[in-house]
This record gives sequence, C-alpha cells and structure tokens, in this order.
Amino acid sequence: MQLKNNNQSVLQKIAPFIGLILIIVIITILNPGFLSVSNLMNVLRQVSINALIAFGMTFVILTGGIDLSVGATLALTGAVSAGMMASGMDPIFAMLLGLLLGAVLGAINGIIIAKGKVAPFIATLATMTIYRGLTLVYTDGRPISGLGDSLTFQMLGKGYFFGIPIPVVTMMVSFGILYFILKKTTFGRRVYAVGGNEEASILSGINSDRIKIYVYSLLGLLAALSALILTSRLNSAQPTAGEMFELDAIAAVVLGGTSLTGGRGWIVGTLIGALIIGVLNNGLNLIGVPSFFQQVVKGAVILLAVLLDRKKTT
Amino acid sequence: MKKMQLGFMLVAMMILAACSMEAPESSSEEESGDGGEASGDYTIGFSISTLNNPFFVTLNEGAEAKAEELGADLMVVDAQDNASKQASDIEDLIQQEVDLIMINPVDSEAVAAAVESANMANIPVITVDRSAAGGEVVSHIASDNIAGGEMAGEHLVSLVGDGAQVAELEGVSGSSAARERGEGFNNVAADSLDVVAKQTANFNRAEGLSVMENILQANPDVTGVFAHNDEMALGALEAIEASGKDITVVGFDATDDAVKAVEEGRLAGTIAQKPEMIGEMAIETAVQSLDGEEVEASIPVELELVQ
Repeated sequence: MQLKNNNQSVLQKIAPFIGLILIIVIITILNPGFLSVSNLMNVLRQVSINALIAFGMTFVILTGGIDLSVGATLALTGAVSAGMMASGMDPIFAMLLGLLLGAVLGAINGIIIAKGKVAPFIATLATMTIYRGLTLVYTDGRPISGLGDSLTFQMLGKGYFFGIPIPVVTMMVSFGILYFILKKTTFGRRVYAVGGNEEASILSGINSDRIKIYVYSLLGLLAALSALILTSRLNSAQPTAGEMFELDAIAAVVLGGTSLTGGRGWIVGTLIGALIIGVLNNGLNLIGVPSFFQQVVKGAVILLAVLLDRKKTT
Repeated sequence: MKKMQLGFMLVAMMILAACSMEAPESSSEEESGDGGEASGDYTIGFSISTLNNPFFVTLNEGAEAKAEELGADLMVVDAQDNASKQASDIEDLIQQEVDLIMINPVDSEAVAAAVESANMANIPVITVDRSAAGGEVVSHIASDNIAGGEMAGEHLVSLVGDGAQVAELEGVSGSSAARERGEGFNNVAADSLDVVAKQTANFNRAEGLSVMENILQANPDVTGVFAHNDEMALGALEAIEASGKDITVVGFDATDDAVKAVEEGRLAGTIAQKPEMIGEMAIETAVQSLDGEEVEASIPVELELVQ
C-alpha cells in the first residue's frame, strides 16, 4: 500500500474535501441562505460536539479498535457533572470531575481490550450497555436541571469569543492539539504503528497495551468534554443524551478516509467528515427535506462517499 | 520577568473581554431567497418531539391540514425524541428566518435555550402540548388536563355514587400532567367523593399493579379508582381482577389498550385527548398572532370521555 504512487494517495486525501464542497454547492443553490455567516457559525456549533468525539475516535480507529460506548460515556459524564452542579458543588470542580470520569471510563474500555484481549467491538458494546444503565440509575431516568448560573459553565456551550461560538473555539483548539500529537510526537507515531502491524510494533519495543489504554482514555476525555458542552447548551443533562453519537462519530472518521482496519488515516479527514455530516443535517433542514426522507439521504451520502473512496484505493 | 507577567495578564484580560453570551449582531441582513416555493403568506416552522408516536403523528396531521387550509407554509422538523437534535433543529429554523416557530418540546428544560435564541432573533414562539421552562412564548396550546380530570371525576361519581370511597393513582410527582389531572379530579371529589388513598405509580403499569395491591390491603372498602393515565389504570385493573372485587376504574389518555378494555367492559372509562385539534389550534393561533391579533397566553384544548 505504502509503495503505490503518491498521486493516488493525494487524490484519496482530497476526495472527502471535494465531497464536502459538492454538498455545500448543491445546498447553496437550493437555499442561498446557507452561506450566511450566522448559519455557518450555526453549522460549526452543531458540528463541534460530534467532531470532538470523532477526533478521539480517529485515534482509536487508527489503532485498529472501535468504541461503541462513547454516546453512553457522554450521557454518564454529563449526568454526573450536572448532578454535582445541581447539588451545589463548585461548577468548575464538577466539570473537572466529569472530565476525569470520562477518562476513567475510557481507560476501563482500554484495559478490557488490551489486558483482557476482548475484541473492541464486543468490549465496548458491553460497556455501552453498562454506562447507559448507570446513567439511568444515576438520573432515575429523568433529566437533571437547575444547574445554577455559573458563567464559566454557561459560556462553555452558549458563549461567544470574538463572535465565534465557544464550542467551535474548543473544537478548533482541540483539533490543533490532537493534530500536533498525532503528527509530531512519538505517541502519535506509535498509534499508527500499533494499528498498522501490532506484532511488528511490539517487536520494535512499543508497549501496545499502554498505547491502547491511552487512546481509549483520550476518547473518553473528549466524550466528557462534549458532554459538558451539550449539558451547557441544553442547560440540563438528559439520560438519553448521546444515543447514536457513536455511529455519527464513526461515520465522520470513515468519511474522512481513515481505514477501519487501522494504521491508515488522518485527523484532518475526520474534521471534514464531521463537517459533511453537520452540513447535511443543517442543509436538509434548510432546503425543507421531509424529516423521514432526511435519514435516507444521509445514509445514502455516507454509502456513496465510502464507495467512492473504495474505488480510489483499489 | 515582570514584563512577561504583565504581558500574560494583558493577553488574558483581552481574551476574557472578548467572551460574551450575546450572539454577534448579524450584519448581513440581506433577503434570503426562500427556494421559490412561497405558496402562502406566512412560513411557520414546527419542531415536533417525535413522529414515531401515533399521538404526535396525528397532531402533526392536524397542523398540516390547517396550515394548508389557511394558506401558510409549514416546515416540520422531527427531533426524534432527542433534545440536542431539537436544539439544532430550532436553530436551523431561526436561520431560515421563518415567521413563527411552533415547538413541541422533547424536554421542557432543555428547550429553554433554543426558545431564548428565537426570542433574540425576534421570532415568536408557540409551545405545543408541553411547555418550555424558559424564554418568552406567545402562547401555549395543550389539552385541558384540569377539565379532563373533572370529567373523569364526574364520570366516576355517576358510577359509584355520592360519598363512595375511592383511590387516586397519581402520575410522576411534579409533572404537569399529574398535577393538573389531579387538580381537576379533586375539584369534583372534594364535594362528592371520599378519597381514602392517594399514591403515585409514576404513570407505570407495573407500579399501578403493586400500588393498587397495597391500597386494596389497606382500604378494602374502595369502590372506585381514578388513575392519571391508562397504564396505571390497566395495572390497577389487574390487581382488582386478581382480588375478585368489583371496583370501577377510570383512566386517562385513551390508549389502544385502554379503549379495548373499555369495549370489553373491564375499564369504566378513559379520557381522550384530541391531538388533531391541538395541531389545528396551534396553527390557528400562530396565524392569528402573525396577523397582529391578541392571542391568549394559554389555550386549553377540550377532551372527550370514552366509555
């Protein structure tokens, strides 16, 4: 694969970008209002939550894994943070505890997968059910509200920074950091190595178990960050929050051209993949596609994008 | 060193100063071409909680029929019972600069921020079936649960007689439906019934069964039961039938199961909401409000006794 000529891989990398432009052009023709600054900010804000999770999912998928429990992790960390805030705890402390909990829940996934040698799909399918169940136990199945009016917490989901929604700023800053980690650090290279050929990476002295635990923890942390943004935006924690988020995140990663078998892919593609999904969600509403049909269109676009990607790689 | 600290502080202050909770003024107030399908005078956005539940499907059909009749464009977005999707849906409707947004909230608390966003964009909001916990709303349209509770109370009195001992199975504590249905029922019961037991079974059939079993143990002379919804009524019915007693049960909601039980003569009656009429009233109110007419802040929609 690596030996194939460079043109092909360049084409493969820009394919998602071309897809995004194409979708934007079609939607803009049907409703020019799409390109207004306020709508673009609106789209970016809607994308930010899925993008944050998808960035973490990129790391996991690069190691050849998958995580189905992120939606439930989001729900549980959001509920616990909200519960602590509602009971009067300092909101900043409650948010930090939420982030820590996210990382711990992720680490549990990583440990089960790395040390227990359980297939990631099965391990996280089980923890998804457990985390979702714990969320229902903790919340008693009801939304948690009355979170107080801490400015820091309110800003996280609803604030603006120089006119840019703060969730978008959070997304871009996280993107910058994660891009750097993946591209420029030893850890980043090891993530690719573990996913590319685990045996070889172990032989070359990489502690692949540790890498795996780290990437699942990172994803858990990002899911918790998304949970805080979502909780702030809705001013309440919903026990059903994050349902199907795992699939949106996986779709974003795959749309971005990252291989589900691991070792191949890039985080820029994931950002574009998340944008494609967000633009579709917003655009289909804007051009007034009936809601049942929207799901059909979304599924078809994902399928088409992946099929085109396949064509180019073979 | 001092200089660097000062520099950091300045930067930090500038960053903080740039933060705000206000959306930036959208300077581009250009006309947005609306796809050229302007068939009516008004464009009304409707964010519905779910189209995967017959109640809301019927409500939506009522709204669509009325909108067509009045020549308004109705744009329906389905939140699929997901509060975060609903927030995004409403933002999208705001971006389209619809004339009015009707919201059937997934969750009263979670929708408040979106209602506030609409307020900020000067788009009037009408809530349907469930209310919003924050933001300004032109009108709220929902079933008249108090009248429904009274209707159930009167029906029960007519069957068990004045002064009979009855029990009340309450819904989720604090929910508006439980509060209002209970209030209506007790308006009637205060004068003509003896409510000996009043317990919550959380709108749940299994809890209705166990709570009713306990009530039967404690109050063997109960002759009538009012349950705040049909699920609890059907649960209570199981407990009563198992005990072999003859007790009259009235429910609320007219679910398919309950209507069947009424037809079989097991359930004495249930109160039906009229989702279609709720949808129609919502559109009517929306158009009236857009025409500049005064509308009531709360519009109750009548109910119907199924017996």
